[in-house]
This record gives sequence, C-alpha cells and structure tokens, in this order.
Amino acid sequence: MSFISRGFKGRPRDKPRDARVPPGQYVVHDFPVLSAGPTPHPSLDAWTFSIEGEVDTAKRWTWAELRALPSETVTRDIHCVTKWSKLDTTWEGVSVDTLLDGVETAADYVMAFCDGGYTTNLPLEDLTGGKAWIAYAYDGKPLESQHGGPARLLVPHLYFWKSAKWVRGLRLMNEDTPGFWETYGYHMYGDPWLEQRYSGD
Amino acid sequence: MVGTALQRRLIWRTAEVVDLVDETPRVRSLVLAVPGWPGHQAGQHVDVRLTADDGYQTQRSYSIASPPSTDERLTLTIERLDDGEVSPYLAGELHAGDQVELRGPIGGYFVWAPAVGGPLLLVAGGSGLCPLMAMLRLRQAAGSTVPARLLYSSRSLDEVIYRDELNKLVAMENGLEVMLTLTRQQPPGWTGLHRRIDTDMLSAVAWPPAERPWTFICGPTPLVETAANALVNLGHEPARIKTERFGPTGG
Amino acid sequence: MAITEQELRLDGNAAAGLLRDVFVHEFTSVRGACATCGAEGEMGAQHLYMTPLSPGAVLRCATCGSMLMVVVRAGGRFRVGLQGLVWLEMQDEGAAS
Repeated sequence: MSFISRGFKGRPRDKPRDARVPPGQYVVHDFPVLSAGPTPHPSLDAWTFSIEGEVDTAKRWTWAELRALPSETVTRDIHCVTKWSKLDTTWEGVSVDTLLDGVETAADYVMAFCDGGYTTNLPLEDLTGGKAWIAYAYDGKPLESQHGGPARLLVPHLYFWKSAKWVRGLRLMNEDTPGFWETYGYHMYGDPWLEQRYSGD
Repeated sequence: MVGTALQRRLIWRTAEVVDLVDETPRVRSLVLAVPGWPGHQAGQHVDVRLTADDGYQTQRSYSIASPPSTDERLTLTIERLDDGEVSPYLAGELHAGDQVELRGPIGGYFVWAPAVGGPLLLVAGGSGLCPLMAMLRLRQAAGSTVPARLLYSSRSLDEVIYRDELNKLVAMENGLEVMLTLTRQQPPGWTGLHRRIDTDMLSAVAWPPAERPWTFICGPTPLVETAANALVNLGHEPARIKTERFGPTGG
Repeated sequence: MAITEQELRLDGNAAAGLLRDVFVHEFTSVRGACATCGAEGEMGAQHLYMTPLSPGAVLRCATCGSMLMVVVRAGGRFRVGLQGLVWLEMQDEGAAS
C-alpha cells in the first residue's frame, strides 16, 4: 500500500526506542479504552473475588477482605494486541500468589471470569511466581471503571486482553479452554514478544 | 422500506478534495470528487482511512451530508475535536487538491428516501445534523412535500451548522419546520428553546404517535438515548425510531 | 417407492446458490431475533462495541444487552460468531413482488 495522507501524523506515538517495546508495537502516552460491552458498576458491598473450579476448597473474598490482604505496588510495561504499548505503568493490587497460597490444585490452566461475562484463559504458571496481580489502583488512584475497576487482572507479560477488566474470580481448569476473544480467534497464549496475536501466529 | 440492496464489494477509493467550506468556527465541509463513486442514499456513511508516512493507519466513519447525486461527488461535514486524532487533520490541515482514501457508501438502516414517506421527525445534536441534512437536501431536490420537522440542539447560534441553508429551506414553505434549541449561549432577545432535548420538548415538537412518523436521531450518545427513550415513552413505535450514536472514539 | 433418508441427504455444496442469495445483503437492514430475550429488530438498531483500533467488534441486543454477534478481523480472515441470534431475515431480492 503506497498511499500516504499528506501531513497526517496520527495519535502521539513513539517509534520503538529501546528493547522494551515488542515487535509491531508503538508507544502511547494516553490510555486507550477498549471494551466488548457496557461498563459494569458493581456494588462493592456485594462484590466478591473467588478461586474455584479444580481446587480442593474454593476460596472467596469480599471487597474489604481483598483490600485487607498484603498489597504490592509494581511498575510494568503493558502491550495491547491493537499495537499500543504503554511503558512504566504503576499498579497496586494483591499478588495472585497471595490468593493461591494454600490452594491445593492439580490444574494447569485458569479461566479468569468477570462482571459482564468476559472471560480469558491463561496457563496457571503465568499467574504465579510474581507475574500477576488483582489490581485495584492505577497511578496511585482507585482503578477507574473504564479501565477495569474496581479490580482487574494484571498479567503484564502477556497481551493486555489477558489482563481481564472487572475480574471477579479465577476458575482453575485441567484443560486449556478458550475464553471470550480466544474463541473468536485471538491467540490462546498471547506472548507479545512472539507477536502471538491470533491463532496461527 | 428502502430495500436491502445487494452489495458491491467495498473498495478503497482515492478521493480528491475539491472544495472546503467553513460551516462554523469548528466545523468544515469537504467536497470530495470520487472517481467511480456509485452514488449513495441519504443517511449513509463512508469510512475514511488515513495513512501516516511510517505506515500507521487509522480510520473513522463519517456521514455523507450531500444528497444522492450522479456527479461522483460527495460532501462530508466534520467537526474538529480538540483531542481528536483524525478530525483536526481532515477539518484543519487538508487543502484543496489533497487526497484521502475512502470506501462506501455504507449502511442501509439509517437511510431515508421520499418513497419511505413521513411525516419525518429529525432530531440532531451538533454534527449529528450531517446525515439528516442529506435527507432534507434530498427531500428538497426531489420536490418531496413529506411533512418534516427538525429539532436541532446546538451550543450556540454560531455553532449551528448549515444555518443559512436551513433558513432558505424553511422559507420555501413546503412543509419543513426547524426548531433550534441553544443549550449554552443564546443571542440577546432569543425567545426559542434553550435547554437540552428532553421529553417535554419532544412532546411539543414531535408528530402525534398516531401519525406514525419516521424518526431519525443522530448525535452524541446521551442525546440520542434521551431522545429515543422519550419518544418511546410518548408512545412512538420503537421500530420507526432510527438512531445513530457518535461513539466515544470519534474524532 | 419410499424415499430413504439417505436419498434425501445432499452435500452442503448443493446449497451454494441458496447461500449466495442469502449472504450478499447490506447487513444493517437485516432483521434478527435475540437468542436471550427474543427481541426482534434490524441489526442497525442494536448496540455495537468497537473501536477504530480493535480487531474485534461485538454487537449486543439493544433490549437486553446480550451478545448477538462477534466479528474478529485478524490474521487475514474474519471469524464471525452468531450464537446470540435465533434467526436472521432479509429481503428475497428474487421474489416476485
């Protein structure tokens, strides 16, 4: 395609300036919002976070209980399959390791499930070992609902559709089963460094 | 109904800007010459695609403001959004002679033609007037006397798009009425409406539900939802109320 | 002589003409029924969740918000999910009117 729109620059974005930006991505400074449905506004009084499925004993926390767990503040780069990357984003939340502490399971996979019906699948080992959080604050402020508040899964080493907004729990599974976008052809794993955007990539 | 016409495959076409018209301080019309343009219906839109010199591409949809014609030309009327990615370029940087890529016409739902009949109730906010203007221009060009009312919400009189043309269309006294509501700033002596569109306003302006008007509503999502819900509550048939929302990602 | 079930079964190929007539319509004026709430209406009247950046688009029922249709355009192909629709209805252009 050779057509160039004379003088058109497009949204502010940087050329990849260092090894932190995966192939095919460009850096943005705003925080684009993408959604497959209406933004849910759950009451925090009734909100819970669950770990269920292939576990010996399911676990559940209320909002107050989740907030009372030890939290971590992490700064990570995030990479959206729509090709924007955002560097040095700062999040606060509970490590998934903390939530899985004491959970007995033989499962290898996880389905994150959310208000509004969204789901996404991940290998369990990608959520453990300090790689994933249930984040409830961004940039020092409560996570806005448009960005997934009250809480979202944060798995920054995978494309950002895996970091499910409005997350309400993790269902452990023995078999890898496609979540919402994965059903329609997004990659089952989604490694931005391997450009695993869609099935077949 | 305007039929579900069989579709040609949509192809990207190169259009040339042949004229620029400043409609208001923030709104500019682009007259485009599109070789091979197959013609369109009033209310349809086009996708415009822009390509930066590094290959980055983005596209947006814009309603066609000109009526159906056979001259391979169409007009897009674009509001410059300060934080927009595309509209400041289209309605600011483009000159006559520049080229843009577009494809269309697209859409068969939000369309009107004289054969559909009326009465016609058009409700718009801001640049949501564009596809409705194509309908009014078609109505005029076709010599239709289908009764038509336009309720148009604008922040101020200066920001009313196509103001002179609307005045001329009304002055022809062929069954078109235009009601303006100016939500932020009114000129001295303004005796017209001056609040956001609401149920009371629609109940005063709309045709009685028994007349079974065709209603087209276009504008920012809150305006569209307010107006559509109000009309349904007033007893209008939902299937005759057609809406076109501007999403949050316009611009 | 009775026709057996085996004799009634054709190849999908035989639907080529029928499906060609079906899948050429301007889609926003096609009517459909929501599998969740039963509401009927034109596709252009439903709610769409899509951004210019996104390969995926979700069409939701304007009455109940359930998914009607998902379209993902990526990797050189479209994948279309239709599980939220009971039926689609469009004009038969070939019918005598």
